[in-house]
Amino acid sequence: MADELLEEEFEEAPAGGEPPSPQQHFASTWGFLGKFGGVVGPIITTVFAFLMAGVAVAVIGKNPIKVYRAIYDGTGLNFFFHFGSYSIRLPFSTEHVWFWWDTSSPAAANLQQTLLITTPIICCALALSFAFRCGLFNIGGQGQYLVGSYFAVWVGTSFVHLSPFMHVVFCLVAGALAGALYAGIAGILKATVGAHEVITTIMLNWIAIWVGEWLFGQQGPLQNTSQPSIPISNDIATGAKLPIFWGPKLLQGLSIGIFIALGALVVYWLIINRTTLGFEVRAVGFNPDAARYSGISVARSYFLAMAIAGMFAGLGGALDITGWEYRLGQLDIPASTIGFIGLAAALLGRNTAIGILAASLLFGALINGTSGRQLDPTVFRPDLAGNLTIIIQGLVILFVGLDMTRLLAGARRKLRT
Amino acid sequence: MTAITARVGGFRWTSPRAVGIYGIGLGALAFWLALPPVAARTVLLPVFIGLLAMLAGVWAIARDEKRVGWGAVAAGAAGIGLGFLATRSSTANLDSVVVWSALFAATLRYATPLIYAAIGGLYCERSGVVNVALEGMLLTGAFFGIWTIIWAHTWAGDFAWVIALVGAALAGMLLATIHAVWSVSLKVDQIISGTALNFLAVGITGYIFIDKYGDSGTPGNITDYGIPDIHLNFLSGVPLIGPIFGQLNLMIWLSFLLLIGTQIFVFHTPYGLRLRSVGEHPRAADTVGISVYKTRYVAVIASGGIAALGGAYLSCGFVHSFNENMTQGIGFIGLAALVFGKWRPFPTWGATLLFGFSSALADRLPNAYGNQWGTLFQALPYVLTIIAVAGVIGRSVGPAAAGRPYEKQ
Repeated sequence: MADELLEEEFEEAPAGGEPPSPQQHFASTWGFLGKFGGVVGPIITTVFAFLMAGVAVAVIGKNPIKVYRAIYDGTGLNFFFHFGSYSIRLPFSTEHVWFWWDTSSPAAANLQQTLLITTPIICCALALSFAFRCGLFNIGGQGQYLVGSYFAVWVGTSFVHLSPFMHVVFCLVAGALAGALYAGIAGILKATVGAHEVITTIMLNWIAIWVGEWLFGQQGPLQNTSQPSIPISNDIATGAKLPIFWGPKLLQGLSIGIFIALGALVVYWLIINRTTLGFEVRAVGFNPDAARYSGISVARSYFLAMAIAGMFAGLGGALDITGWEYRLGQLDIPASTIGFIGLAAALLGRNTAIGILAASLLFGALINGTSGRQLDPTVFRPDLAGNLTIIIQGLVILFVGLDMTRLLAGARRKLRT
Repeated sequence: MTAITARVGGFRWTSPRAVGIYGIGLGALAFWLALPPVAARTVLLPVFIGLLAMLAGVWAIARDEKRVGWGAVAAGAAGIGLGFLATRSSTANLDSVVVWSALFAATLRYATPLIYAAIGGLYCERSGVVNVALEGMLLTGAFFGIWTIIWAHTWAGDFAWVIALVGAALAGMLLATIHAVWSVSLKVDQIISGTALNFLAVGITGYIFIDKYGDSGTPGNITDYGIPDIHLNFLSGVPLIGPIFGQLNLMIWLSFLLLIGTQIFVFHTPYGLRLRSVGEHPRAADTVGISVYKTRYVAVIASGGIAALGGAYLSCGFVHSFNENMTQGIGFIGLAALVFGKWRPFPTWGATLLFGFSSALADRLPNAYGNQWGTLFQALPYVLTIIAVAGVIGRSVGPAAAGRPYEKQ
């Protein structure tokens, strides 16, 4: 302990005339990115990432502009730019009124898919952001998301006697609580023995994957009962499915899950900015030592921050199951990367609610636009485009990382396991 | 060296610590007796020996040797549990799973990419830079290894694998250079930069792979000119040793050299001392004239090269093909082994063997017991690492300055 204190004093003695600290150095170099409400940095990052990926497209002899155009057409975002005179059905009635967008166009169908993917991305982004505000790097959003989806499948395929409303709510609550408990393991280890959350959450990710392979694999506890050779779960009960409000009921229309995700964004903003808990979390994230001296329980904040973060990710998993997947296959589990896309979205959105929304929409659109379902293979192979998405994601994290250092610097002086 | 002799000389065979270690051994024995070739069929034997192990543990705990003592208690409990399970299953099933020579040979094959990843990570983290990009470096090595081996085969013939190792290492070092620039010079959070590199590695290798070999996969004849196996024919008659070591890939033998070399370099040379001092207390190191930035750059880039060699083994020496994202978490198990082995070469090696063994076991279990339980064994490395980090059995603490960018004054 003594040498630790010494070290801190040694490093933290910047008087006048001293060279700038890492944070100050950073601010003086990259500070211009923070102007205009912090929007410019992420936008430059995104544009740059897309440019670099465009180079990758050009290298193999394709026209990047054509490729991006094709991806864009598949995202359904063009829905918003086509105005006309259409009608829309009012919610909870059969009455139609005039509307300026065509809600049954092909673009609308594409947009529904984009929003379906955006839903869990928002949740997983919140999982990173909430912990981030507490100075914790929750890289385990993927595992928490998966555990949430396992519990949603379990609840959704069991408890069929419940009333539809209760059943779907039970699914979501079970998924969210499972995610919270799962992330809570990392939180409690951080709070009690100081185990580094990056290590523990990485490990928890992989434990979640292998447990899932066991659960849904052949002879696994959650494998379907009718076809023993197919490693997929049973479908969840009809009552456990979220209502679909836009698009075809049987063909992956958009469920109300997107509103729940938007609600989660609001909850996130409220907790962080308008509650004592959020204040304590931010204080710990800013400087754990100062927070401790001012009477905040750092351990409690660590645990709660991780648990709430995991709750968001678990909710994301449950929303995916109840919103459109309805079942989970063994092969889906290692292939899923939603948690990490959420991570990229959170970093790009700078951990603000509105930023996360925009970044999640961007990534949701990108994933949908590059999927085999949307992208015209004569323009660009969808499997190539899928890797292009991953490259863009990596570049975004890489370059937005330049921007995030400042936020982390205070809390992460001690990176220990 | 004197320190080692002193420690050996000071070791008392009846000290609580020694008894605790016997306890751990007894716990393992309890399980082993229930397996072939002994295959005791009565539950009493593992239970009795397991209880002895736990007793030894309790005795050690009572004499303030907590770490080893609890280890013995855990080993005893595990010995009883696993021994019980083994006596419950049929001898035929046991015989089909527990073929020691095959298990150990498979353990070495599975452990080798982990060793390269973990040793690569060791250099990086010992210098104070956290490396969660090991997975990406391994994958980069795997892809660029196979890409260069296919290309070099057209002009280098059977020695294409030499070119492949160079190509893989260079690619890994290039990726690591980004990590070094980001985390040492630009002082970006090392976790963020590592995570980004993992994605870039998946994306870039997948992108080129689909573009080059997307329709038919990598050529099937790589088996003929991949990294060669070393045939030790004089061992073929020796039981157990022969089947294990008689035909191992060159990269497995190289990994032993790498291990010993790393131990000597990191702990017995001035360069290693500099490396460690930069990781533990960069300011002090800087004060005595060690260049923190240069050391970290070299360490991070070396780490990328070493991890990539493990990837090259995986693609060119083990499975002889490449698939998108084929490493599937091997780099993270390597990271886990590094943490589990407390950032020291030989304990880390032990951890990779343990994790490799669990993979080998997970591979063979389905033959007898169906898919169900083998899968869970794959999670064992991660569970053990969490336990290690949590400090239940000997707390695992990394280099003090890991994760903190250094600002020169």
